[in-house]
Amino acid sequence: MMLVLLITVLMVGAVAAVVAGEWSRNAPRWIALIASSIGLLLVMVIWAKTSPHSVTDGQWLMDFRKAWIPSFGITFHLAIDGLSLLLLALTFFLGVLAVLCSWDEIRERTGFYYFNLLWILAGVAGVFMALDLFLFYFFWEVMLIPMYFLIGIWGSENRVYAAYKFFIFTQASGLLMFLAILGLYFIHGRDTGVYTFGYFELADTVIPFKTAFWLMSGFMIAFAVKLPVFPFHTWLPDAHGEAPTAGSLILAGLLLKTGAYGMLRFVVPLFPEVVTAVAVPAMVLGVAGIIYGAVMAYSQTDLKRLVAFTSVSHMGFVITGIFALNELALQGVVMQLVTHALSTGALFLMAGMIKERLHTRNIEQMGGLWGPMPQMGTIGLVFAMASLGLPGLGNFVAEFLILLGVFQAQAWITVAAATGLIFSAVYSLRIVGKIFLGPQKTREPVPDFSVREMLIMAALTVSVIWLGLFPQPVIDTAKPAITELVRFMDVHSTASHQQSYVK
Amino acid sequence: MSNSDFSALMPLMVLAGASVLVMLLIVARLSHRIIQLVSLLLFVIAFISLLNIRGMLPYQVGSLFMIDSFGAFMIGLIIISGLVVNVFSYIYFQEKEEGPKEYYVLLFLCTLGACVLAVSEHFVSVFLGLEILTIGLYALIAYLRTRSHGIEAGVKYLVLAAFSSAFLLFGMALVYLQTGTMSFAGMAHVITTASVPPMLLTGLGLMLVGLGFKLAVVPFHMWTADVYQGAPVPVTAFIATASKGGVVAAMLRFFVTIDGFRSEQLQMVLIVIAMASMVTGNLLALRQINIKRLLAYSSIAHLGYLLVAFIPGSEVVPQAVSFYLLTYFATTFAAFGVVTILSRAEEDAEELVHYKALFWKHPALAGILSVAMFSLAGIPLTAGFTGKFYVLTTGIGQGFWLLAVVLVLSSVVGLYYYLRVVTTMFAGTRDLLPEPPPRYPVFLGISMVVLSILTFALIWLGIYPDGVIGVVQGLQLK
Repeated sequence: MMLVLLITVLMVGAVAAVVAGEWSRNAPRWIALIASSIGLLLVMVIWAKTSPHSVTDGQWLMDFRKAWIPSFGITFHLAIDGLSLLLLALTFFLGVLAVLCSWDEIRERTGFYYFNLLWILAGVAGVFMALDLFLFYFFWEVMLIPMYFLIGIWGSENRVYAAYKFFIFTQASGLLMFLAILGLYFIHGRDTGVYTFGYFELADTVIPFKTAFWLMSGFMIAFAVKLPVFPFHTWLPDAHGEAPTAGSLILAGLLLKTGAYGMLRFVVPLFPEVVTAVAVPAMVLGVAGIIYGAVMAYSQTDLKRLVAFTSVSHMGFVITGIFALNELALQGVVMQLVTHALSTGALFLMAGMIKERLHTRNIEQMGGLWGPMPQMGTIGLVFAMASLGLPGLGNFVAEFLILLGVFQAQAWITVAAATGLIFSAVYSLRIVGKIFLGPQKTREPVPDFSVREMLIMAALTVSVIWLGLFPQPVIDTAKPAITELVRFMDVHSTASHQQSYVK
Repeated sequence: MSNSDFSALMPLMVLAGASVLVMLLIVARLSHRIIQLVSLLLFVIAFISLLNIRGMLPYQVGSLFMIDSFGAFMIGLIIISGLVVNVFSYIYFQEKEEGPKEYYVLLFLCTLGACVLAVSEHFVSVFLGLEILTIGLYALIAYLRTRSHGIEAGVKYLVLAAFSSAFLLFGMALVYLQTGTMSFAGMAHVITTASVPPMLLTGLGLMLVGLGFKLAVVPFHMWTADVYQGAPVPVTAFIATASKGGVVAAMLRFFVTIDGFRSEQLQMVLIVIAMASMVTGNLLALRQINIKRLLAYSSIAHLGYLLVAFIPGSEVVPQAVSFYLLTYFATTFAAFGVVTILSRAEEDAEELVHYKALFWKHPALAGILSVAMFSLAGIPLTAGFTGKFYVLTTGIGQGFWLLAVVLVLSSVVGLYYYLRVVTTMFAGTRDLLPEPPPRYPVFLGISMVVLSILTFALIWLGIYPDGVIGVVQGLQLK
């Protein structure tokens, strides 16, 4: 029931915000803050109550099941394991920060703004919990429209184009996934006589290899666009660049994570044979993404686009790690999901703060900002270092684990992926150099952090250092889910089928 | 005609009687307002009489009509469509013209024609229903006779509809020549061979041409955009929904009864038509800047989607078709309802630029139109998604993957122009549209209530469709 509460609190908050927005400009902010804080609190309570690292019997911590559309075998089935719990915590943590960081930025139509913001969070939270494939697709789509509005209404100059591009890319790939879900549904129904969208039932479906390949491609394309995997990333720089600060934060911190989560939760367990077969090409794409993202990031002059391309690079590590299919790499992936959300989120927030002060995102027009803003400079340096993977900060643990795991699977791919660390050092230092060092280019007075901004950045900084020094809680929480996944792969790695089903 | 025949046909009788009654009221020189309200009441009575015959289904009237639960469902849908059109019409016509009273007579006749089609079990009744429907529509389309667009649309529809009726008649004649009977059930007895004889196939093909014109599927879609644009907005809504719904029902009954799905050639033709409609409709809609034309092309695509549910010929087809029609009707009425309310005496609110910044001026109307657009685009949380889901499961369930993939890809194209409407509504802050007149507060209120109910239904069907799916699954086609 608590799982349902997590989603309802956001949805109720969203509706309350839009209603309150009719009378007051300030009320929606407080409502959104309260709703997302309650959510964060609930997740903490769940974490404390279930103590995920000590669970021994099975990986699922909580479960909620209710018939939804029984005529098609659709149930409203939510459940969480350690992986979901981590990502849920991340969702609500970033949710609170997103509400806080839009406090002054958004002055127009606050009611509708916070409605969209909370609605996206509800969709993301749903995605991390859904264990019915129809329900999963449902939540997958729920977050799209509000995100489209968020970019399209409150974005910067080129917002309409970016909003279209985001929506069409994700919707098109989502529909292909939906076709694959339907295919799975019918194959399972035909074989067993039980037509259901349930995750556990569908995971047991025996699918001929060729069919499985097409079905997996359907799932994979949706997740690859969302993650994004090179070459499906082209929507990302536009969407991230044009979105308002909170939009970029949620896009980078949460929406990209849904893609990785989808692969871990659905692609690998549903199609283990195919995943093994395509592992190497997928890892090569991942490495291509790492290097391409880094090179593109280096050549950007728009700060938000620059950070967006670093996301492409970091997500390359994620896909490489997932397809390495061993415990080390997968642990690294989970770490990477969390730490990337924090570090890139922080960089986007900083870009937003600089834009509020200088009214530009062009890094050529910045420079020497350390002088007037020493606090922001320090924090900026911390997150640039996090982004390049400095030991002691969370990202280092994540990328190191991934590289270790990948080395066990494909040594040469590791070599190529490791060069990404050098590239990331190059672009990260360029960020710091261009923005904070050198001669100061603007004459206007630039105020340093306000208390609210300080609070946001402090929360992120503490988290990223904590994860760098003491990552064990995260690793322990995700462990049951990861071990289950690896065990499952080992069972299936031998079986294979020949005949095809597609007409 | 026995007593029970009489009561089974009651809904049709009420509609026919209503048109006469309204005519008498016009002679009595009653005001537009009274005539409108009486028509509203008559539609409600027709619907109640339909509810009354639930117990006696399925019921065969002579050899002409077969009133089964599917037919009753379609009649219900069509009567409600008539009712909704009736509600939207008052303000629209009151603004435009002094004496729009005959309009209601024609509206009843058209509704009657569509209802007759829905329960026809015989070529004679099919043709009768179709002609009642189309002859009424000729006049309705050109009803605003001072506007050149209206006349153009009326003439265009007249020529093409007459033309397609000729095709239909010739096809029917060939089928009759081969089978020696005009009742569907009779034909089913005669055609027992697995393959379909060539003469029959030709006949069916010609009939398909005739029906294709009425449904506006590619390649018989040329008239659609002009007629949608030229006709008064409520009439456009009627053409998009009730008139197509009736034809779909008749076609489905015919195909199911004679099992036309077994002919591979026919199936092939239908597949090609469906794919061409989905792709062409969506592509042509991309560059439209007139919302009526945009909805016209979108309706072509939607009929293509509907055919995807139609082609598999499995036992779930009637359910899927009924459900899809239900969602499509509700969505289309929500969209056209907003257009109607925003229309002015001088011109309809058809140019997309008129919708600029609607979100900030009329949040309610803009919200309703956005829900309608999202539903047309088939995005979850709206009825359109559930409808599309039903269609896809029907298609994929029988292994028609190609159709499913084309449906998905073409609806991605469709996203672009539906989103454009939504984007226009929240773009800019300029005020191009005058405020709606408070001159007819009562009717504006009624229209808004109807629109809100439609929107609520769209969202309800998107989130919790199980109840309606249960009803639809109980529908039977005898």
